[in-house]
This record gives sequence, C-alpha cells and structure tokens, in this order.
Amino acid sequence: MDVTIPILILAIPLTMFLLLGIAGCKMSHRTAGILGCLGMGTVLVLAYYTAAQYFFSGNELFGADGVRLQHIVFNQTWLEFTPTMAIKLGFLLDPISAMMLVVITTISFMVHLYSMGYMRDHHGVYEHGFQRFYAFLSLFSFSMLGLVVATNIFQMYIFWELVGASSYLLIGFYYVKPSAVSASKKAFIVTRFADLGFLIGILILSYYVGNFDFMNLTSSPVASLAETFSVDIAAPQHIAQIFADNAAPVFMGGSVLTWALVLIFMGGMGKSAMMPLHIWLPDAMEGPTPVSALIHAATMVVAGVYLVARLFPLYLMEDTALVIITVVGAITALYAAMVACTQLDIKRVLAFSTISQIAFMMVSLGVARPEHHEALGYMASMFHLFTHAMFKALLFLCAGAIIHAIGSNDYTDMHGLRKYMPITHWTFLIGCLAIAGIIPFSGFFSKDEILSACLGYDWVAYVWMSLVAGLTAFYMFRLYFLIFWWKEHKIHEGHHAPHDQAWTMSLPLIILAAISCVAGFIPFGELVSWNGHPYDFMAHFDWSVAGISLAIAVAGIALAWVMYRRENALPEKFRNAVPALWTWCYHRFYWDELYMFITHKIIFGGICRPLAWFDRNIIDGTMDSFAAVTNKASEAIRPLQSGQIQMYVWYYLIGVLALAGICAACIL
Amino acid sequence: MFACGVYGFITRKNMIAMLVSLELMLNAVDINFVVFNRYLFPGAFEGMFFTLFAIAIAAAETALAIAIIINIFRAEKNIDVRNLDKMKF
Repeated sequence: MDVTIPILILAIPLTMFLLLGIAGCKMSHRTAGILGCLGMGTVLVLAYYTAAQYFFSGNELFGADGVRLQHIVFNQTWLEFTPTMAIKLGFLLDPISAMMLVVITTISFMVHLYSMGYMRDHHGVYEHGFQRFYAFLSLFSFSMLGLVVATNIFQMYIFWELVGASSYLLIGFYYVKPSAVSASKKAFIVTRFADLGFLIGILILSYYVGNFDFMNLTSSPVASLAETFSVDIAAPQHIAQIFADNAAPVFMGGSVLTWALVLIFMGGMGKSAMMPLHIWLPDAMEGPTPVSALIHAATMVVAGVYLVARLFPLYLMEDTALVIITVVGAITALYAAMVACTQLDIKRVLAFSTISQIAFMMVSLGVARPEHHEALGYMASMFHLFTHAMFKALLFLCAGAIIHAIGSNDYTDMHGLRKYMPITHWTFLIGCLAIAGIIPFSGFFSKDEILSACLGYDWVAYVWMSLVAGLTAFYMFRLYFLIFWWKEHKIHEGHHAPHDQAWTMSLPLIILAAISCVAGFIPFGELVSWNGHPYDFMAHFDWSVAGISLAIAVAGIALAWVMYRRENALPEKFRNAVPALWTWCYHRFYWDELYMFITHKIIFGGICRPLAWFDRNIIDGTMDSFAAVTNKASEAIRPLQSGQIQMYVWYYLIGVLALAGICAACIL
Repeated sequence: MFACGVYGFITRKNMIAMLVSLELMLNAVDINFVVFNRYLFPGAFEGMFFTLFAIAIAAAETALAIAIIINIFRAEKNIDVRNLDKMKF
C-alpha cells in the first residue's frame, strides 16, 4: 500500500497544531476555526479511504482466504538499543486500528465543527484563546491517531503520553478558573501514576521477549515467544523454556507474564478511568464540553480498552489477568452506574455513564475466550466501543448545546426544555435510547452481544451486567426526563427563551444521531474479530438474552418515566427511604475524600513533611554551614586588601624572602 | 643597587620616584645578567641578548607607566600613592 495517505493522516493534524499554535494569534478566530475544520475534514476523508481500502479492497496484503491480516504500512527505526531491540515508529493497519481511524476522525471532525458554534457567546463573539483551542484539538487528534496505528508497544506509549498531555491542556483550557486548573492537574497526575505501571509492564515484557512489536507479540503468542527466545541473545535460554512450558518465574504468587499484563492493564485503568483510578474523569468535565465529547467520552478514554484488545492474544495466555480485568470492570460498571443516578450536574452524569460503559467494554474483553462463542466478547467490546463513541459523543454534544443555551450545568436550572430545543431534544432522546439498548438503536446490538458473551462465560457476570444495563437505562432516562420534562421551564427575568443552536452545532448532532440509529446494523463481526476470521455473530445471537436485556432496559425506562416525567414527590420519598445509600452515591462513595486523605494526610503529612524537614535542616544545613564558614573566613582576611600598593609589595617581598629562606634551609 | 631600588619602591610616596626606583631594580638585574654571563659562561652571549631585550622592554614599560601616571594625575590631581587606595575591597 502507498505510504502517502497514512503519512498524511498523521502529518496533517500535526501541521495544523504547529500552524495554529505558532501563527494562530496572527489569524482571525474565524480563519483559525475554518482551517482546523478543513484539516480535520481532509483527515476524515483520508481515514475513511484507508479503512475502506483495508476492509473492502480485497488486496491480499490485507486479507488472504477471508482472514484479515495485520499489515505494516511503514515502520521506521527511531531508537536502536540492540539490533533485535529497537523503538520504531510506524503505521499498522488491522481491523481494530482501521475501525479506530474511522471513530476518531468522525468524532474529531464533528467536534471541530461543533466548536465553531460552541466556543462563542450569544452575541457571536469568539472566546479568548479560540485558536489555541483548535491547535490543541489538532494535537490531540494527531496523538490519538498515532496511538491507534502504533506498530509497537513503545510507540503506543509515546502517543499514550501525548494524548495525556493534550487532554491536560484541554481540560485546563479555562486556565483562569481554579477548578479547571486543579482538574487538569488531577487528570494528569492520576493517569501519569497509572502510566508508571504501564511502563513497568512494558519493561518486564520487553525484557523477557526482547521485542516491542505487536506483530511479534500477538501473532500466536506461544509460538512467537518460543521462537523469539531461540534467536534472541539477550534473553536467557532457560527462560524461553520456562515460558514455552507456560510456567514463568513466579513473583508474589503470579507469573512474570501475569504481572507484566496486569501492570500494562493498570495503564489502561488510568486512561479508561477504571476503579480505583477513575477519580480524574468526573473532574475532567471542567474542560469545554466539545473536549469532553471528544476526549473524555469517545476516544481517549477507550484507549485502555484498545490497549487490552491490541494485546488480547497475549492476555489469553494468562487467565488471571483476564479475570482481574473482568472483576475490575464489573465493579466499576456498577459503581459508576449507581453514582450516575444521583448526580446533579448533567456532564457528571454523562461522565459516570462513560465510566460505566467503558467498564462494559472491559468486562466484555475479560470474559472473551475462544472456547466460548469464539471470543464473542472481543468483537462485542470493539462493537460497543464504536457505537458508544457515536452515541456518547452525541449525548455530550447535546449537553453542550443545552449548557450553551442555559448557561449552567445543573439540571435544576433546566426542566421542560423539549418545547424550546426540539432538535436537541430529539437527538438527545435517540442517544438515550441507544445507550439504554432499545432495538433498533446501535447500543442494543453491541450491549446485547456483551451480555451474551458474559452469559457464555459465567452466569454471575451476566446477571451483574444485566443489572448495570438496567441501571443505565434508568439513569439516562432520569437525566432525559429531568432536562426535557419534569415541569415547565422557568425563564428568568431579562433572559430570552432557550433555543436550538446555530447549524454548526446542530448539524453534528443530527449526523451523530443518524449514525446511532443505523450503526447497529453494521455487520461488525465480518469486519472485526480477535483472530481476523470473519465472524458471524448472528450465529451466536441469542434471542432470549436479547429479549431479557430489552425487558430490563424498558423496565429501567419505565421506572424513570414514573419517577421523573412529571414533578412529584417520588424521588424525594425514594431518597428518604434509603438515605445512607443515597448520600454515599451522591458523594461518589467518598473516593475523592479517600484520595485526599491518602495524599494529604499520609503521603504529604507522613512522608513528605519529614523528608522536607530532613532536606531543609540536614542537607541544606550542611551546605549552608560550608558557605557560612567560607563567608566568615573571607570577612576576616578582608582588611588585607587595603588598596595600598606599597603594602602589597611589602607582603610580596616578605613572602619571597620567606620562601627563599625555606628553600635555603631545605637545601642546606 | 637592587636593594636601593626596592627600598625606594616601598618608601617613596611620589609615583614618579617609584618609577625611578623600578628602573633602578631593572638596571641592577641587567647588570647582574651581563656580569654573571661574563664570569660563568665567557663564550656565551645569551645574557647579553637578554639584557638588550630587557632594556628595550623597560623603555616601553616606562612609557606605559608614565602614561598611566599622567592619566591618574588628570583624574585625581594627585600622584601620591598613599592617597590612591580606591582599588580595595
């Protein structure tokens, strides 16, 4: 395949970032915005073309005998440690990276377009730093595209950090707002902490395997590991044998491979906001809403899922790691769903719903086994990633439109908006139906496959995730009814009535809503499967599972209908019935407070303060006393330098005579 | 003669007189060079050449020193070395 288009896909956003970042302040706001949109539009076309080439061209590079292959378009050596171990930068095309190209460019383009309307006030005046905003969006798009097409785990790590940095920049976009500043710091520090685990995992893995390449790591891993060891001089022969026997060295009850995989998953936990590293995502909503839609709903936060999917054949070797992923995902899903039922801020509800949905994808990966439905979970997870990106971006962009119209994040300022904002109302409803899993919207298909995969693995997982699916339907429709129904909207004195926004904001909503309606009918199994074989998921489609999940979703919606459609006392009664539960959910189970306690009281107070004391008094004290002694000595001999030249000559003469005397004494 | 020069250099207040003392010291060294050369290595001429060099350099150095003294006088209206103690810490 020609390398021009893949290079352009990465180069255009980078160029846009440099252009808008350096020359942006010389341009008008409008020019910068249009340039950003045009750049992203070009990338969108190129990415669609590449994906179409990959999936449908029938080129034997991409697939032979109906099996989809991984294809490296180019792979440039960047840093060479040893001849067998080098960091390369390249472009890998395979089913999931092609799918991610489509997802990222679609959402990114929609957000670019939407921001043209969102980042200006009601009088059409552009916000301060508009060009900077587009520059950062381009930087993010570049890093995310680089992440998904990484040919090796180290390239992925580099771009992984880059998306973290651009997310930090965008969360802290309103840098005069203290809450935004602290949210961006929190996001950066928490994900950075998780990336420490990721890095250690990479190092362990590469130490034993001697190689970073995904192709090498994932194409029938047991064989390739053994093969790598037989030629690799860096890794000792006996470890090859141990790995080949599938009984690696043991550290604290887990094999080295398990540890490496779990540590790599820890990086994914940080980025994908799994418990207990989820605390940054709700706060990240301090950024502008389009940023939340792009980074904190659709693309960056699924990087963790993508990472696990990328290394999935390796994870299959270690059942323990997959079980950990399942358990973490299941707990996070329930936790986030429960918290989402009580939040007031609509963006926070959506943030917790994002956490919960990503946890769904994680669980789906965790329960995927080739022997159960031929790893349906893998396909379902990628499918859910795709559909979730679309409908969650849609929901966020709707929320942005509402916030833009109302000027507040709190649903208590909204209520009854359906008459004022019809486009937003209908698209939001479609998004809610999709996430709740109502046939025929996209979420139904992907979520149903996840539940089927859970059922194939274990009935506990199935019941648990079905419960979460019901909660999802409930909290989404609670949000929907509270925003658009509940009671008549109260228009404040001196404010005009809220209304739908300009076409730049409405058009992305309509497009994404349309995608959410039809995306479920994409024959996803044909395109994406864990080993490249086309996969007929209708053969594994279980109508009883589908019926039950549909019934649960409808029950959730019905409950929300009863409680929140009209203003009534039911929610109040419910809250008073279980006050403890409600308070805990409302305060997000006090995780933030726990973190505050650990960081401030234990780490800062218990460790850092004594260290600071030691540094200030012992280390600095020693150095200071050296300086003080020198200073005193200098002060003492200062009068010698009197400016009297003849005195100097005297000293000199005496010195010379003394030296001569000493020499003479020595010689004699 | 060298000792005279040193004594003069240390005790005179006037910078011109100090310069004269300096010349005395130089000349003493020159004479030493010539004499020791003549006594110890009668066949060699290095001492003589050295003296010639030293005389040439002494002339240049004297010119420089006079220039410095004139400049100091212009700036300070004074060439008494004990009053010129600005160059101290």
